[in-house]
Amino acid sequence: MAAPSRAHARHPTDDPLWAKVVVIGLVLAFLGLVLILPLAAVFAEALRKGLGPAIAAVSTPDAWAAIKLTLITAGIAVPFNAVFGLCAAWAIAKHDFPGKPLLITLIDLPFSVSPVVAGLIYVLVFGLQGWFGERLIDHDIKIIFAIPGIVLATIFVTFPFIARELIPLMQEQGVSEEEAAVSMGASGLYTFWRVTAPNVRWGLLYGVLLCNARAMGEFGAVSVVSGHIRGLTNTMPLHVEILYNEYDFVSAFAVAALLCLLAIVTLVLKSALEIAQPDVKRGGGH
Amino acid sequence: MTISIRSVEKKFGRYPALNHVDLEIADGELVALLGPSGSGKTTLLRTIAGLEFPDAGQVLFEGEDVTFASAAARRVGFVFQQYALFKHMTVARNIAFGLDVRKGKDKPPKAEIARRVDELLKLVELDGLGKRYPSQLSGGQRQRVALSRALAVQPSVLLLDEPFGALDATVRKSLRKELRRVHDATGVTTIFVTHDQEEALGLADRVAILNAGRIEQIGTPDEVHDNPATPFVCGFVGEANRFEGTVSGGRFTSGAVSFAANGARDGAAVGFVRPHDFALDDGGFEVRVDRVHVQGALASASAVTADGRHIEISGSRAEAARFTGTIKVAARKSHVYPT
Amino acid sequence: MLDDDHPMTAETIPAAARPSGIKGPRRPLFRRRSAIPGFGLTLGVTLTVLSLIVLIPLSAVAIKASSLSPSQFLAAAFSERAVAAYRLTFGAAFVAAVINGVFGVLTTWALVRYEFPGKAVVNALVDLPFALPTAVAGISLATLYAPNGWVGQYLTPLGIKAAYNPVGVTIALIFIGLPFVVRTLEPVMRDLSADVEEAAASLGAGRFATIGRIILPALGPAWLTGFALAFARGVGEYGSVIFIAGNMPYKSEIAPLLIIIQLEQFEYANAAAIALVMLAVSFLMLLVINAIQAWSRRFV
Repeated sequence: MAAPSRAHARHPTDDPLWAKVVVIGLVLAFLGLVLILPLAAVFAEALRKGLGPAIAAVSTPDAWAAIKLTLITAGIAVPFNAVFGLCAAWAIAKHDFPGKPLLITLIDLPFSVSPVVAGLIYVLVFGLQGWFGERLIDHDIKIIFAIPGIVLATIFVTFPFIARELIPLMQEQGVSEEEAAVSMGASGLYTFWRVTAPNVRWGLLYGVLLCNARAMGEFGAVSVVSGHIRGLTNTMPLHVEILYNEYDFVSAFAVAALLCLLAIVTLVLKSALEIAQPDVKRGGGH
Repeated sequence: MTISIRSVEKKFGRYPALNHVDLEIADGELVALLGPSGSGKTTLLRTIAGLEFPDAGQVLFEGEDVTFASAAARRVGFVFQQYALFKHMTVARNIAFGLDVRKGKDKPPKAEIARRVDELLKLVELDGLGKRYPSQLSGGQRQRVALSRALAVQPSVLLLDEPFGALDATVRKSLRKELRRVHDATGVTTIFVTHDQEEALGLADRVAILNAGRIEQIGTPDEVHDNPATPFVCGFVGEANRFEGTVSGGRFTSGAVSFAANGARDGAAVGFVRPHDFALDDGGFEVRVDRVHVQGALASASAVTADGRHIEISGSRAEAARFTGTIKVAARKSHVYPT
Repeated sequence: MLDDDHPMTAETIPAAARPSGIKGPRRPLFRRRSAIPGFGLTLGVTLTVLSLIVLIPLSAVAIKASSLSPSQFLAAAFSERAVAAYRLTFGAAFVAAVINGVFGVLTTWALVRYEFPGKAVVNALVDLPFALPTAVAGISLATLYAPNGWVGQYLTPLGIKAAYNPVGVTIALIFIGLPFVVRTLEPVMRDLSADVEEAAASLGAGRFATIGRIILPALGPAWLTGFALAFARGVGEYGSVIFIAGNMPYKSEIAPLLIIIQLEQFEYANAAAIALVMLAVSFLMLLVINAIQAWSRRFV
């Protein structure tokens, strides 16, 4: 056995320096190309003609209408899915019943359905030729090519986000605290508010954050059911598409930049939450 | 193989894990590194294995400097507390791993490897389980697999880090005997780490007692028990009553407690008396017996001295029948260290 | 055997001899192991909402498609144009998942094992595709890879036409799929114990042998899961793809776009037929992912 020097002594789980440099270099190059460049391009294109036109583009009445519709949609879809997620997690994590794995798989289902198919199913149900099409016309109720359709499609694509976050979290926490509360005579609702809710609030917030980002950014599903009526049924991503297809690139990228800021804020809050409350990352909902 | 540790030092941050450690281990010895957690015993073992590298000092195998040689180059067998088996491999592939990864002419032929695996499975009494996955085995069986995996490469030294720490008491006992048997059968130099003195004293040829990164004493189990070199060893190995007091004219005194301290020089000192070294003696000091606890043929008693300190005394059951009310005891043997 | 003077216990009293008012314990349909209230209400809400929002509308696809005769269905779902779209969709999703599989492992390795400046930013940025609206990614990638774009201008002289081509579709799907691989691998890589690597090293394995024989096999199931998730997401992706794809029938038209085109022509049944094929693939992917995870639990 030769006697290697201190400089060559390396812990067995540690990689040689050259390997580290190569791997980190490859990773940074790949992420730079795939992630950073597209993000930078949005802001560069938005500011191509300076700040003025960019600000003008996001202050047109159509842009404002799109922003408002996006906020309304997320404002309905996110709380809806939060309530659903809490119900589902309470039933699944705190009780035993047959068919539980199947139920979890079904809740996850919208993750694996193409957004376009998500839009299509509501057209098939509520559209002109759909199951309820004629009855809806008789009562003058518009769902497809109107706001209710947009909200429904958004709820569908973001359906599993919060439930997926809460179920594993609540399962891990077990039932002993709730059982203790109930055995001391607390009601179900009181137990939920005073015992369970404080334990899952950060996980809930994490799920809400991801759900909201997807709700505000959804394109495919919303595109199918919206009808693209400017100022009425255009969300921000749809507004971006229209401007882009009209070759109004500066305006398209200006609105896109606004959505990028939303994404960045989401990522910053998400990272902060992961650092402050490491438990939230367990859920792993996408 | 002989192993020499010379003035080894290792710091984790500012915390010294090993502080000037010297240790000589003879060929074929079975040595225990015993100490409380944080004493540096595991760090010392990992330094011998090449899983840690010292900040100063040398590690010699057979007189050759291997201080900074990689773990792979040292040919040591290492057994981990949590088994560290390869979960995606069968038991047989786990054991064969060390031979499988060899290259070129060093790699034994397939049939030879298979023969060795069978042999080792027999040695640890797991024949027929080669096709199982680790997840299908009990904790004791997993540790046997880990042991035979380490032995498969015919290591020059076998190192075990708290090998029985994750097992329940009965399995631990049988695996202890197993290790002794395997050691005697293979004759491989073996070092194991433990915080369990019963394990160290019952199994090893020699015991090294570590405290705060230093070796306090190294010797046979009898030596460290009967002639502890430092107050720490005296308190750590075996049970002992501890007293702080002074020595004057060959006698140790601590309040109402007093016993002979032959050879100790005058001044402040700390004295230890093992429970079984107290005997009923009319020339001794007075204690009041609180409670007697009988365990088979032996009995122990909790007693209180005249100045209110609790001590433990023990003896045969017949003797213990006289442990009632206020009795007089004297120390047959004591260990006194100047402070 | 019954002893003669053995006292009769409650269990040995024949049912017929019991007073008629007392019933034996009846096993409930749902074993209530939990003393926590609210089960009926929350499960009821969960099942109702799940049915109304997800299951019943999804069944509309199958019901609508079944209004076609078998030959009509085949003509709609497997027309030459549709088959070309599937080939592009599945092919591009597969290639993108493979590329993400390779770089995903490297990225996760760097994030878990190495320290480097800006690591926290890189870690947060990996989730960008989850947070960024797909349409934004779409127009940005289209602009970057257009012949006069930041990246495209360097590819054109090399004879590579990225945007408005299957290559462009693949680029968009790489963007979309990356976090699935990284976030699936990450917890598994973090949980790999140092013990196992140290054991391999002490048995004489070099670093590459340890990585190849111990670490990568241990990551296998998680890698396959991440790959399958990225692939499944890529197959259904629409927003980020249509801007860069060019959408030429038979050449760069993806299956979800074909559904929209059928809808715009009011061919609802044809749209449902294509959607049914895509749903079938989605379910298949779900089954595959579940099977991988069941298989990997064998070793734990």
